[in-house]
Amino acid sequence: MKKFICVLLAALMCLSLAAAAADEAGIRIGIIGPFTGPAAAYGTAVRDAALIAAEEINAEGGLQIIIDAQDDEHNTEKSVNAYNTLKDNGVQLILGTVTTSPCIAVSVYAAEDRILMLTPSASSPDVLESDNNTVFQVCFTDPAQGALSAQYIAEKGLAKKVGVIYNNGDAYSTGIYETFAEEAKTVGLELVAESTFTDADTDFSVQVAAMKNAGAELVFLPIYYTPAAMIFNAAKNADYAPVFFGVDGMDGILTLEGFDKSLAEGVYLLTPFSADADNETTKNFVAKYTERYGSTPNQFAADAYDGVGILYVCCVSAGITPETPAAEACELVMNELLHMQYDGLTGTMTWNEDGTVTKSPKAVIIKDGAYVSAP
Amino acid sequence: MTTSKKNTLITLVTLAVVTAVFLICQVGVNTGTAWMSSTLKGQLVNICAWIMMAVSLNLVVGISGELSLGHAGFMSIGAFTAIIIASWLKRGKGMDSSWLRFVISAVAAVGISGLLGFLIGIPVLRLRGDYLAIVTLAFGQIISNVIRLLYVTVETDTGALHMALKIGTGTPKLAGKDIIKGAQGASRMPQDSTFVIGFILVIITLVVVFNLTNSRSGRAIKAIRDNRIAAEAMGLKVTKYKLMAFVTGSALAGLAGALYGLNQSSLQAGFFEYNKSIEVLVYVVLGGIGTIPGSIVSATALTILPEVLRAFSEYRMLIYAVFLILVMILTNNPLTRTFFRSLRTRIFGRTDEEKRRDRL
Amino acid sequence: MAQFLEALINGISLGSLYAIIALGYSMVYGIAKMLNFAHGDVIMVGGYIVFIVLINMGMPAIVAILAAMLVCVLLGITIEGLAYRPLRQATSLAVLITAIGVSYFLQNAAQLIWGANPRFFTIMNYGNIPVILGNDQFNISVGKLCSVGVSVVIMLGLSFFTGKTKMGKSMRAVSEDRGAAELMGINVNRTIALTFAIGSALAGVAGAMLVGVYGVQLSPTTGAMPGIKAFTAAVFGGIGSIPGAMIGGILIGVIEILVGTFISTDLKDALTFAVLIIMLVVKPTGLLGKPIREKV
Repeated sequence: MKKFICVLLAALMCLSLAAAAADEAGIRIGIIGPFTGPAAAYGTAVRDAALIAAEEINAEGGLQIIIDAQDDEHNTEKSVNAYNTLKDNGVQLILGTVTTSPCIAVSVYAAEDRILMLTPSASSPDVLESDNNTVFQVCFTDPAQGALSAQYIAEKGLAKKVGVIYNNGDAYSTGIYETFAEEAKTVGLELVAESTFTDADTDFSVQVAAMKNAGAELVFLPIYYTPAAMIFNAAKNADYAPVFFGVDGMDGILTLEGFDKSLAEGVYLLTPFSADADNETTKNFVAKYTERYGSTPNQFAADAYDGVGILYVCCVSAGITPETPAAEACELVMNELLHMQYDGLTGTMTWNEDGTVTKSPKAVIIKDGAYVSAP
Repeated sequence: MTTSKKNTLITLVTLAVVTAVFLICQVGVNTGTAWMSSTLKGQLVNICAWIMMAVSLNLVVGISGELSLGHAGFMSIGAFTAIIIASWLKRGKGMDSSWLRFVISAVAAVGISGLLGFLIGIPVLRLRGDYLAIVTLAFGQIISNVIRLLYVTVETDTGALHMALKIGTGTPKLAGKDIIKGAQGASRMPQDSTFVIGFILVIITLVVVFNLTNSRSGRAIKAIRDNRIAAEAMGLKVTKYKLMAFVTGSALAGLAGALYGLNQSSLQAGFFEYNKSIEVLVYVVLGGIGTIPGSIVSATALTILPEVLRAFSEYRMLIYAVFLILVMILTNNPLTRTFFRSLRTRIFGRTDEEKRRDRL
Repeated sequence: MAQFLEALINGISLGSLYAIIALGYSMVYGIAKMLNFAHGDVIMVGGYIVFIVLINMGMPAIVAILAAMLVCVLLGITIEGLAYRPLRQATSLAVLITAIGVSYFLQNAAQLIWGANPRFFTIMNYGNIPVILGNDQFNISVGKLCSVGVSVVIMLGLSFFTGKTKMGKSMRAVSEDRGAAELMGINVNRTIALTFAIGSALAGVAGAMLVGVYGVQLSPTTGAMPGIKAFTAAVFGGIGSIPGAMIGGILIGVIEILVGTFISTDLKDALTFAVLIIMLVVKPTGLLGKPIREKV
């Protein structure tokens, strides 16, 4: 038994050393995210989009970018291991981590080591709370989304009686729910029902029935698009048709393989990115991504694509070279971020001292299987 | 060599080897040599915790013969107890000594997880085999479900600790700073665990487990495992001895949890669901059921292995799976077993036991 | 009242899905005496096969389900032959770990082949039957009603098969006493392979229903949680017993939905598992399980 492990370990050690030997010159950007396990869809979207962005930048000549992506399986212990591996590999900047809890775990170490983390998708304010924080976000922070949603619903008079279904095993969903519930009170919405689920749930009839029985006219869904698809299905089975209102995690619902788009008819969502937007960069990116990976890019992919672009612009204007130590690069990029404005797939962005981003979400409504700007 | 002398030898050699490996690693950390990469350095304390988990589960599964699929639940209890106590001591009471904080939280963790092991053990140990497995799995899931609803805060000026469970609508609004926020878990707790503490706890675990197994009670526990009815007929109190092994195992898992919890910067209840228990069970079975040194080696190797396999990226879990299946088949199939035995005989000669069997 | 009835019907239909999965678990356990942890992942593979045949190739649903059953049967037999058969004499723990290895393997292989992006498909879309009860009204989904029917038919078919046919009797013989069965001229390996084939065929059906009727997302980890729930159901009903798996499945489904509706969705899992524990403590071999005979 022991012999087996020893021989195998030795063989693998040799292989991994051989793999690490290849060395090119370029800014080394590390990515941490789940590429396997239940959250793999988010991590792979980020990695795939970042690779496209890096390729485009490298094709232009000039400063080159090398992407080093490490898997964390959406597990806090593995994410710290992945971070340490990136450190061993000598990365200068980190695009990550993709999911919230691992991002909190890594942010503590990154703050100590002074390594910059630009997270494409960890949207909780908790990821920004380390002493001497080095984390910046490309995505909205959760409280902003919850509050904006409540205000939008009240302003447009979409409904008076509101229900919420959220994932109580997920920091993103719980975070948005909490601020939504608070803001709903101040803007005069009546929260008549709330129901929860976890990633392990396969049945949503209970949650939908709770909404229906409470007479909710609008159901707020601060959740990702896959459980949302299951909820739309369950609502149809229960013959219940309220207004559904989603946030940026809802983006992707229309491109789910095999999903009956008619179920999402009339769904509102606040999102900074939409894959069928009518501008050159979006069209170009969506075409490339679809051609290479066979699926339409979602929010995660778009934020990651922007993330690489942002880091690149910072490196160029701050004069960071492949030789710049990570700690130095960190201070330079942080300084750049606070003074720049970036025009990306997900809108025009500026950053605040605390690491949050300012950009404006667009409210869209789904009509005939496509996004239309909401009135 | 008599059995008791052999056992003492195994104990001493194991403790000596563990100490030697610890010293080598410690030198590696202090001198910053190349083989002690950041990745490995970051894993040292976790490895200690997983060794403790594997050894304590081996006590339950290997020595006592009860298949438990909820061991990570006890680790979770230990981890969150320690996190609450340590955070409270640091933020509420302003205690600065991380050593003292650790000791107090670890004692509390051991106490609570041991008590829970006792309470769960009484009904559970009436069941046999796979039924026991499913009930322990169920307890593990219940623990994770309840901790997912737990909100704990501390008021920094008065040191008051508030706790509430979220059931029904609305998250509990508690005064003070968050320690545990339901499903979002704990973050930025005092990271009081160190490699030295980890090493000391591994040694404590080993001493406790070796002492128990080599004692009179240990022999009773093994007798019950091998033949419950015969042992009962000999007048052994089955429930008492089974409970002894189960509670010790749970308490040690709680200790491992304290070490693990106070080494993380972010931790959620979902981390300790049945998948984690199964992972620890894999350590135990791969290292050899009932053999403590085997658990130590396999827990260490299987914690490091996925990191070493990073070069294979998405194929690495596939490789891990194939490795698991192959090892199980090769070490358990009668054909390959005979092959290995003949190989060993050719190299090392016959073992004492085989010689004895030959004489018969 | 309407709310209760609606919840009850939803619970029965969810439970019947658990029952189909639990039947696969229970049969394999009864005959091979092993916990096949990879069963849930065979369901996932079945789901992907339905997706490919139904959506990518545009075939009718029934063809897709048959294709999924066929592939799952082949997969089940292959797994049994390669991974479990060499371990026939080994301890049950070694087999358990191997099954876990197979489960990891299937999940990761599925991700490499089909990617991590979730997918959906619908195999039944017949709408709802509205039920009016005094002033209240609720709906019963036809698809879910069909799934209850399917699971009852499967259970009756299996009971008939194991009770009346020669192959079924040989399966029972192997489950009673493997050694004696072998002496009576029963081919034990073939019987066990047959059991795996039947269990896997059920997994194929379950995969199609899980995604196509219940609208659960299809991803490499789809099978894991229904697998665990169904395993619980099988134990609840008395593992190894066919009607037990059916009753266990439906009870677990009903308890889960009722707790979620009337107590709290937050405590759904905890209370479902708590009922299981109380049940097993009161009756240690499950509802319909045979008492374990012990010999000295």
